[in-house]
Amino acid sequence: MARSNAPIRVLVAKPGLDGHDRGAKVVAKAFVEAGMEVIYTGLHQTVDQIVAAAVQEDVDVVGLSIMSGAYMGYTRRVMERLRDQKADDKLVVVGGVIPAAHVPALKEFGVNEVFLPGTRLDDIIDYVKGKIGPR
Amino acid sequence: MGDIEKSKIEDIARAQQEWEEKNKASRIEKKYTSTGIGIKPLYTPADVPDLDYLRDIGFPGDYPMVRGGHPLGYRTKLWVTRQYAGFGTAAESNQRFKYLAKEGNTGLNIAFDLVTQMGLDSDNPEIEEEVGRVGVAIDSLEDMEVLFDGIPLDKVSTAFTINATAPIIIAMYYVTAEKQGVSPDKLGGTVQNDNLKEYFSRGAFIFPVQPTMRMTADLFEFCSKVIPKYIPVSVCGYHIRESGATSVQEIAFAFLNAIAYIENALSRGLDIDSFAPRLSFNFATLMGFFEEIAKYRAARRIWARILRDRFGAKDPKSWRMLYIAGSTGGSFTRRQPDCNVIRGAIETLASIISGAQASATHTKDEGHTIPTPEAQIIALRTQQLIAYETDVPNTIDPLAGSYFVESLTNEMEKQIEATMAEVEANGGIIKAIEEGWVQRLLMRQAYEDRRKVELGERPLIGENMFVMEEEKETVALHYADPKWVQEQIRRVRALKERRDNARVKETLDALGRAARGKGNIMYPLIDAVRAYATLGEMTAVLKEVFGEFKEPVNIF
Repeated sequence: MARSNAPIRVLVAKPGLDGHDRGAKVVAKAFVEAGMEVIYTGLHQTVDQIVAAAVQEDVDVVGLSIMSGAYMGYTRRVMERLRDQKADDKLVVVGGVIPAAHVPALKEFGVNEVFLPGTRLDDIIDYVKGKIGPR
Repeated sequence: MGDIEKSKIEDIARAQQEWEEKNKASRIEKKYTSTGIGIKPLYTPADVPDLDYLRDIGFPGDYPMVRGGHPLGYRTKLWVTRQYAGFGTAAESNQRFKYLAKEGNTGLNIAFDLVTQMGLDSDNPEIEEEVGRVGVAIDSLEDMEVLFDGIPLDKVSTAFTINATAPIIIAMYYVTAEKQGVSPDKLGGTVQNDNLKEYFSRGAFIFPVQPTMRMTADLFEFCSKVIPKYIPVSVCGYHIRESGATSVQEIAFAFLNAIAYIENALSRGLDIDSFAPRLSFNFATLMGFFEEIAKYRAARRIWARILRDRFGAKDPKSWRMLYIAGSTGGSFTRRQPDCNVIRGAIETLASIISGAQASATHTKDEGHTIPTPEAQIIALRTQQLIAYETDVPNTIDPLAGSYFVESLTNEMEKQIEATMAEVEANGGIIKAIEEGWVQRLLMRQAYEDRRKVELGERPLIGENMFVMEEEKETVALHYADPKWVQEQIRRVRALKERRDNARVKETLDALGRAARGKGNIMYPLIDAVRAYATLGEMTAVLKEVFGEFKEPVNIF
């Protein structure tokens, strides 16, 4: 996260078999409109593919979109794999159909923030900018 | 020349204009449908000056089918309540289906887990947490037999929400029916099998477009020749709408996909009237009540014209646009979830007034969890209330003749046809998908719609109006028992040990040869199913021959 003045780089990723990508694409588009550089993985990504892309693209932020109910397993494994790759300095945010009661468990895996349906796009952008800092 | 003589229309138009001026109608806030069609505060015969009843509207069951495909509508047959259900193992789902049937659900709509939809087996370690999650896990014929245990397949109408692996699931269904002693000509039901929309809306694609279209044609041909009552496709505007399409684009893109399937089937030498009566659609009804009703009426008129004039279908049954419509999950909110019961009721009411043949109402907990049985019952009761307590089913197409609804029907018709013509002029829907044009369009519109909600330009109760501070989450959660996953993995592993693996290999080799050749893959699939080859094994063979679809991701 050392590059100054460079745009914030975000990986928007769809782990697992879920094909519901409206939310991921809307958030990705919002990041682009906010001046960030977005790498969108497309659908059906394995945990290894996502972590490899995050490292290779040297992103500041990893956003996971999960609508399939399988958020626990995928999130836990992404966090573990990021740590294995010494890439756990990245900001990790998760969005999707997730019961509020399960948010604390995701944060225990090391996720920085979880955005539930109905979250304002500007709130997500402000959160990311606030965490990564001014460029 | 319309039904009302020209001089009368002119009188009315003049009077209407005077009325508008007197009441300063032009100064009030303008209103639009979700597609941007301007809505006036009042409509009169002057808004449908050329309306010719016999030519433009006609009678139900007759061309141009505007009033509905079935002559006597709900008076002879109520719509099928088709609540979407399925989770865990086949045994768990079988119990849920029976529970819903006991509560009066008249048709099944089976949800498969993503593992099944994506052609994998449950014992694949990469996807373990997806097993039985959003639908039922089906690995082999063994699971299908359990799924339909005690459910007579010649009596219960079953819909399968399955696409890329549809040929495999239908092969399993066919063999299950055979084992139940149901003769193929009695086997009814519907398979979604609409793969084109998977590429740009629903995302459960596996194979590239061309081999997928070939398998779609194989399945059409098989249904037409072997299980003639079975509906081989449910073309989904629903998912297209949910991905960001307008109501106009929903119909336009769904029809373009349907035309692609028809041309595909015709290229096999099938006669249009041998399969067109069993084409069906799946649409989304949102909160724009009259817009949605007009949309369905316009769509029926266009579809009848396409089938009669473009494809030369002779059988009036080929001209009917039959569809399932209820509510739309994307219109539901996470906040104030009880409001979703009301949204579901209003949307389902519009769908029924429009004349849907089957309906599914969403559950209020959409934004939180996989549906609980309690939420499913409220959704089912929504339909039953409309069916039995209201007078809505008593008369066919009750809004026909409304100046407003007829005017809006005409406007929707014009816009849908213009949208279809634009895509066709630019090389057609398949090119639009492969180049990512349609994905980009829907993404942009979805983004703009979200911004409109956040700016308060599109009212959404609980989100941008009447927001309640410190709302408590009161929704009960679906319970996924981890034992189901373990049980499913154990079952498929045990099967792989127990079956005649030499026979499985023979049938899979034959499947590979058929895929490389030109024959219909349904027959080698049925042989492989009989040998208890798994869905994952069959898909792997097809992937090796056909490859996989490369999704365009540079769309922002």
